[in-house]
Amino acid sequence: MSGTINHGLAQLAAVDQGFFTDRSGGGCIQDNKLFCPGWVADNYDRYVHPTLQHLVLVGSAVAAGFLIAFALAIFAHRHRWLQTPFLAGTGILYTIPSISFFFLLLPITGRGALTAIIALTAFNLQIIFRNVTNGLRNVPANVTEAATGIGMTPSQVLWRVELPLALPEVIAGLRIATVSTVALATLAVFANGGGLGTEIVTGSNITFKTGIIVAGSIAVIMAILFDAVLLLIGKLLAPWKRKQALV
Amino acid sequence: MIPLPALTLPTAAFGLFGDAFNFVFDGREAETGGVTVGGTSQVLDLAAKQLEVTLLALAVAILLAMPVGLWLGHRQKGEFLAVSAGNAGRAIPELALIALMAAAIGVGLVNLVVALAILGIPPILTNTYVGISQVDRASVEAARGMGMTETAIVRKVELPLAVPTIMGGVRTAAINIIATATIAPLAGILTLGDFIIARNVYGDAGVLAGAILVALMALALEGTLAGIQWAMTSKGLKLKRS
Amino acid sequence: MTAESVSASPVRFDSVTKRYPGADSVAVEELSFEVPAGEICVLVGPSGCGKTTALRMVNRTVEMTSGDILIGGRSVKEGDPARLRREIGYVIQQIGLFPHRTISQNIGTVPALLGWDKERIAARAAELLELIGLDPEYGDRYPAQLSGGQQQRVGVARALAVDPPVMLMDEPFGAIDPINRSRLQNEFLRLQAELKKTVLFVTHDVDEAIKMGDRVAVLKKGGHLAQYATPTELLMEPADDFVEDFVGADRALKRLALMRVRDVDLWTAPLAQAGDPAEPVRTAVAAAEVPHALLVDAENRPLGWLSARDLDGEQVPATPDSVADPLIDADSVLRDGLASLLQSGSLYAPVVDARGRLAGVLSVEIVSDFLASDEASESELTAAERPHD
Ligand SMILES: Nc1ncnc2c1ncn2[C@@H]1O[C@H](COP(=O)(O)OP(=O)(O)OP(=O)(O)O)[C@@H](O)[C@H]1O
Ligand SMILES: [Mg+2]
Repeated sequence: MSGTINHGLAQLAAVDQGFFTDRSGGGCIQDNKLFCPGWVADNYDRYVHPTLQHLVLVGSAVAAGFLIAFALAIFAHRHRWLQTPFLAGTGILYTIPSISFFFLLLPITGRGALTAIIALTAFNLQIIFRNVTNGLRNVPANVTEAATGIGMTPSQVLWRVELPLALPEVIAGLRIATVSTVALATLAVFANGGGLGTEIVTGSNITFKTGIIVAGSIAVIMAILFDAVLLLIGKLLAPWKRKQALV
Repeated sequence: MIPLPALTLPTAAFGLFGDAFNFVFDGREAETGGVTVGGTSQVLDLAAKQLEVTLLALAVAILLAMPVGLWLGHRQKGEFLAVSAGNAGRAIPELALIALMAAAIGVGLVNLVVALAILGIPPILTNTYVGISQVDRASVEAARGMGMTETAIVRKVELPLAVPTIMGGVRTAAINIIATATIAPLAGILTLGDFIIARNVYGDAGVLAGAILVALMALALEGTLAGIQWAMTSKGLKLKRS
Repeated sequence: MTAESVSASPVRFDSVTKRYPGADSVAVEELSFEVPAGEICVLVGPSGCGKTTALRMVNRTVEMTSGDILIGGRSVKEGDPARLRREIGYVIQQIGLFPHRTISQNIGTVPALLGWDKERIAARAAELLELIGLDPEYGDRYPAQLSGGQQQRVGVARALAVDPPVMLMDEPFGAIDPINRSRLQNEFLRLQAELKKTVLFVTHDVDEAIKMGDRVAVLKKGGHLAQYATPTELLMEPADDFVEDFVGADRALKRLALMRVRDVDLWTAPLAQAGDPAEPVRTAVAAAEVPHALLVDAENRPLGWLSARDLDGEQVPATPDSVADPLIDADSVLRDGLASLLQSGSLYAPVVDARGRLAGVLSVEIVSDFLASDEASESELTAAERPHD
C-alpha cells in the first residue's frame, strides 16, 4: 500500500528543473538556499497575477460571506428562534475544512475559482454571523426602548440605532474573517482556483524555499493591509468611540 | 440511488458520491494502474494518522500556550502580547507554513507536529488570557481574602469561570489543526488528505471520499470538544447564559 | 392633534386594563382618571404596582388589553403607533440617549423623523440646549462626555424637541444623586411654568410626587387607583390606610413644604428705631404677641432684638444686645423657616421680604397652629407657583 501512496506524493514533490534554472539566481537557486534575493529581484513579476487572483478570491469570499451572514443575522434578529439553528448551520460550514469543502463541491461546481470562493464563503459565514448577532444583542435595552418610545419604526430602530451601535463588532468580525480568508485562500490551488498557493505548490513542486517564502510573505502582508484598512474604516465610521477615548 | 433523468447534475453527483462510497468500503484500482487503493483498511490507517497528528499537535499547543495564558491572565499582564498573538496567528498561511517546514527543515512527524502546534498556539493563548483576565476581580479578591493561595485561586476560581472562553480557543485551534493536517502528505505524513491531494492516484472517487471523510472527522472532533466543554462548564455558568 | 398647533392636551384614562400574556394577575386594572391640559400628574406607588405599565400604554409601547386612553379627546388606538409616539415626549429613567449621535443629533431625532430641514433642526437643538442651561458647545459632544445630570437634561430636551402636547416621564430623576435631583426638579418646574405641558410623571418617591404634582395618583398593586387628589388633599385626607401608610407618618410635616412663610399669618412685634423714647416701647412689649421689641432702621429693616436691659434707659440704643439672627426669607417654605428656628434655638425670627424689609415674625407656635388647622387644604398651590427649594 505505502508504495502506491509514495508514488502519488513523488509526483507532487518532483523537481521542475526548468523552473530552477529560470533566468538568474545562479548558485543560490541551484542549491535551493532558504532565500535567494537575486532570484526574487529578477522574478517578482511572476507574483503579480497570483496576487491579483488572491485578492479576487478573498474579496469575493468576504463580500459574499458578509452579505449572506449579515442578512441571516438581521433576519434572525427579528425572529429570535432562528438564531440557534443559524448558528449551528454556519458552525458546521465553519468546521468543515476548506480543502475538504473544495472537493465536496467537485461534483457540483467542478474545479476552479468559483469552487474556492464558495468554500471560503462558507468558512466566513459563522464568524460574521456571530459578530453581527452579538453586536445587535449588546445594544443597551434602554437605548432601543427610548428609540421606540420617541417614535422610530422597527426598521428605523434597526438601521439608525442598533446597527450603528453594533458596527464596531461587525467590523471586528470582518477583520477576523478577512485575515483568516487571506491565509486560507492559499489552499485554493488544490481546487485549481489560482491565488498565491500556486506559487507555493509551484507546478508540481513544493520544495522551492524562496518561492514559498515570497508567496507566504505576500499573503501575510496582504492580511495585515486588509486588517489595517478595516481597522481604519471602523474608526472612521464610529466617531463616538474615538471621542470617548479622548476624554 | 434512484436515477433522475431530468436532473443531470444531481444524478452525476449521486453517481460520484456512489463511487466515493465504494472507494471507502471496497477500494478500487489506482489510476496509475496495478494496485488497489482505498478500502476500509487504508481509510482507517490514514484516519488514525490524521487523528494522531491532530491530537499530538493540539496537546503540544495546549501545553505550551495554556500555562502562559493562565499566568499572564492571572497577573493581568501582557495583554498586548496575548492579543496580538491571536491576530498574528490568523494571518499565517497554513500551506506556506507546512511547505516551508517540510522544505527547509525536512519532512517527518516531529516537524509536522511542530508546524501544526504553531497554528494552534495563538487562539489558545489569546482565549486563555482573555478568559482568565475577564474573571470578575471581585471573585478573585474574595478568594484571596479567604486565604486561598495564588495557585488555588487559578485552579479553583479563575479556571472554572474561564472554561467556556478557553475551550472556545481550543476548538478554534483544533479546527485549524485538523484542517491543516489534511495537507500533511506534503510534509511526508500520510493522512486522509492524501486521497485529496494525490488525485492522479486515487481518481475523483478517492478525492471525494477523502473530502467527505475529512469533513466528518473535523465535525466529530468539534462535536467531541463541544461535549467536553459542556461537561467541564460549571452548572452556575450554564444557568447564567440561558 | 398636530404637535405644533396644540401646546397641551388633556389625557384621559378610561377603564384601562393591562394583562401581560402569561401573567396570572393583571398589571393594571380598570384605571380611570383625567389629567387636565397643562398639569403635571404624578403616578406614585410601590414597586411593581403598574406605574410604568400605565404610562407606557399612553404611547403604546405597551398595548392595553381593554379600555381606552384619550389625548385631547382622540383615542391613542387610532393610527400608527410610531406617529403617535412622535407627538408625545418620552423620558425614561435610564435616559437612553443614543451613544453614537452627538447631543444635537440626539435632541434633533424626532424633528429628523418628521422630516424637518437641517437648519430648522439645528436651530431647534440650539434653542433647547439653551432652555436646559447647557452651553452650545455641548451640542457637538457625545453622550459619554456628559455627566449623568447633564445627560438627563438632554433626555428632557430630546422629549421636548417638537413641542409635544403631552410628556411622559418615567422616574426621570431616579438615577441622580439627591442634590442634583432637587436641582433638576426645580429646573423642570420652572420649564413647566413656561411650557405648560400635560405631564404624566412616574415616581415611587412620595416627596417627589408632592413636590412635582398638580395632582397625584396613588396606585396600589394591580394598578388600582387608591387616591387621585392634589398633594394637599393627599396629605390632609388620605383616602384609606394604604394611602396614609404610603404617604408616611410624617405626612403632616410634609405639608410644611407646600406653604410659603409669607402665606401664613405672621405675628407682629413692637418696633423701635434708635433714639426713640424707651417708655412707649416698654408699654407695647408688655401687651404684644411677641414679648420682645425689634430694632429696625429707617427702611424698616430689622437690626436686632431689644432686651429688657436695652429698654431700661431713656432712649432706645443703637446697638441692641442680640442681633437679628436668623432672618427668614418670606419666599422660603414653612419647612425651611421652621428648620431655621429650630437650628438657632430661638422661638421667634423676623421674616423679611426680598429687599430685607420686615414682613412679620415667625414663631414655632405659628407652625404648630398651622399643622393643627385645616388651613393647608384651603391655601393649596399649583405646582408652577410652588416654591423651589
Ligand atoms: N413585559 C412584561 N411582561 C410580563 N409582566 C410584566 C411586564 N412588565 C411588567 N410586568 C409586570 O407587571 C407589573 C407592573 O409592572 P410595572 O413595571 O408597570 O411596575 P412599576 O410600578 O413601574 O414598578 P417599578 O416601580 O419597580 O418600576 C409587575 O408585576 C411586573 O412584574
Ligand atoms: Mg417602573
